[in-house]
Amino acid sequence: MAQATIPSGRKWSPPPLIKNPWVRWGLILGAVIYLIFAVSTLNFDPARVARGMQRSGRLLLAFLHPDFTTRGNLIFTGMMESVTMAAISTVAGFIVAVPVGFGAARNLVPMPIYLFCRGLIALSRTFQEVIIAILFVVMFGFGPFAGVLTLTFGSLGFFSKLLAEDIEEIDAVQVEAIRSTGASWLQMVSYAVVPQVLPRMIGLTLYRFDINIREAAILGIVGAGGIGSTLNTSLRRYDYDTASAIILVIITLVMVVELTSGWIRKRVQ
Amino acid sequence: MLRIDSLSKRYPTGDMALKGVTLEVPDGQVMALIGPSGAGKSTLIRCINRLVEPTSGNVWLNQVNLTRLNTRELRQARRKIGMIFQEYALVERLTVMENILSGQLGYVNFWQSWFRKFPQATLDEAFRLLDRVGLSEFPDKRADALSGGQRQRVGIARALLQNPELLLVDEPTASLDPKTSRQIMRLINELASERGLSVIINIHDVPLAQMFAQRIVGLRFGQVVYDGPPNRLTPSVLNEIYGEEDWNASGPAQDAEESEAVSVAAH
Repeated sequence: MAQATIPSGRKWSPPPLIKNPWVRWGLILGAVIYLIFAVSTLNFDPARVARGMQRSGRLLLAFLHPDFTTRGNLIFTGMMESVTMAAISTVAGFIVAVPVGFGAARNLVPMPIYLFCRGLIALSRTFQEVIIAILFVVMFGFGPFAGVLTLTFGSLGFFSKLLAEDIEEIDAVQVEAIRSTGASWLQMVSYAVVPQVLPRMIGLTLYRFDINIREAAILGIVGAGGIGSTLNTSLRRYDYDTASAIILVIITLVMVVELTSGWIRKRVQ
Repeated sequence: MLRIDSLSKRYPTGDMALKGVTLEVPDGQVMALIGPSGAGKSTLIRCINRLVEPTSGNVWLNQVNLTRLNTRELRQARRKIGMIFQEYALVERLTVMENILSGQLGYVNFWQSWFRKFPQATLDEAFRLLDRVGLSEFPDKRADALSGGQRQRVGIARALLQNPELLLVDEPTASLDPKTSRQIMRLINELASERGLSVIINIHDVPLAQMFAQRIVGLRFGQVVYDGPPNRLTPSVLNEIYGEEDWNASGPAQDAEESEAVSVAAH
């Protein structure tokens, strides 16, 4: 009867995440002090907020009577330009991202190729799209071309990083099985890797199209083409009725694309 | 004929998985490799087709020293070595037929395999094998829609489509029920004798190994500790391979001390 020697009523609680109580409480205290200081530097000015509320009130009121017709033509062409930019850059981004993604998967390629591809991805992901857009606008002038380049570059980092991560998590035994038949590297990739990541590749493409639509609407503000330019112009002219119409159109478009792509992604499994 | 000559493998972690294993497997022999988990069984068969690179030693398949081949030559040599896996290792999202045809990847170029344009002779052979393993109904079913026994049959057909001289089989029955296990072992055995294949089977189930293999090799801590016919696997040999255990016990498992007490009482 081994149980009899162990006394009953022994307490138990899960071990804490950080063992040393000094370190644990020190970290908590430090975080609280930092937060207090951070909030105190915000310079919260109630009077200024009140004035801002008035202005935004006017903009919000414009939503009650959005004007789709006066600049209808501009809104339509701007919208089409944005959608075209998003579509082209999604496809172009996908095409450049696939080889980079495979090259950035540690389980498929030797170290030098891996490092090179990871470097490309890091470069693409370092800068926010708007910053890249400003750079491309300076290099190639105003217009949708700079926007397409920006979105392609952004899609590259997005696609290849997520693709590489997915490839690194595939079932290694399926790869072993294909290698053991005497398959070449390309055959191994096409028979053992692609089937495992294909649904994810399709899902990512649709998701990125989503993102590109949203980004394309913003990029116009820095002069890289699309509906953003139209929105920017109408805001500068205090033409809030047209601006609100544009914003409503953007919201509708983004929601429609998001719903469709979500629906398609669910079907591809 | 397969000849393994003082084969050793040290993993980067420092573990010596194999310590100078020397073995010969003549043509047409079915050899079972038994031993506790971690004894190096998996490593040994993977060192033969170099899915795992051996640290030292040689492996000869007929006239070819497999350990000396460059990448290209190795791919060609692998075509002659079929492999069957524990969890079937089918590519889940491909169809049964695509999985079987992947056994011919070493014989076709990339574009042929990319567009699934295999030679008619290969297709004929694939359909024949599909029928032989009893799956002629489902060439276009996706592999992940099959049951365990059916998947292992696809795995066997894939390995055989390579038209191998040697079959490496890694725990073929570990994920199967007892009846299916026997059917699969019987199938492997029949196919091996039909084609005069040498077979190395890693297997945990000792009775199953005794039933189907002509020769048993026991591996412990990366070394061969038994090499002989199935009927000489006595409890003392099993103790040497696996460590102390009551090999004749059947029925509900008993605590070691308790069963000792019972046997003392019985005397």
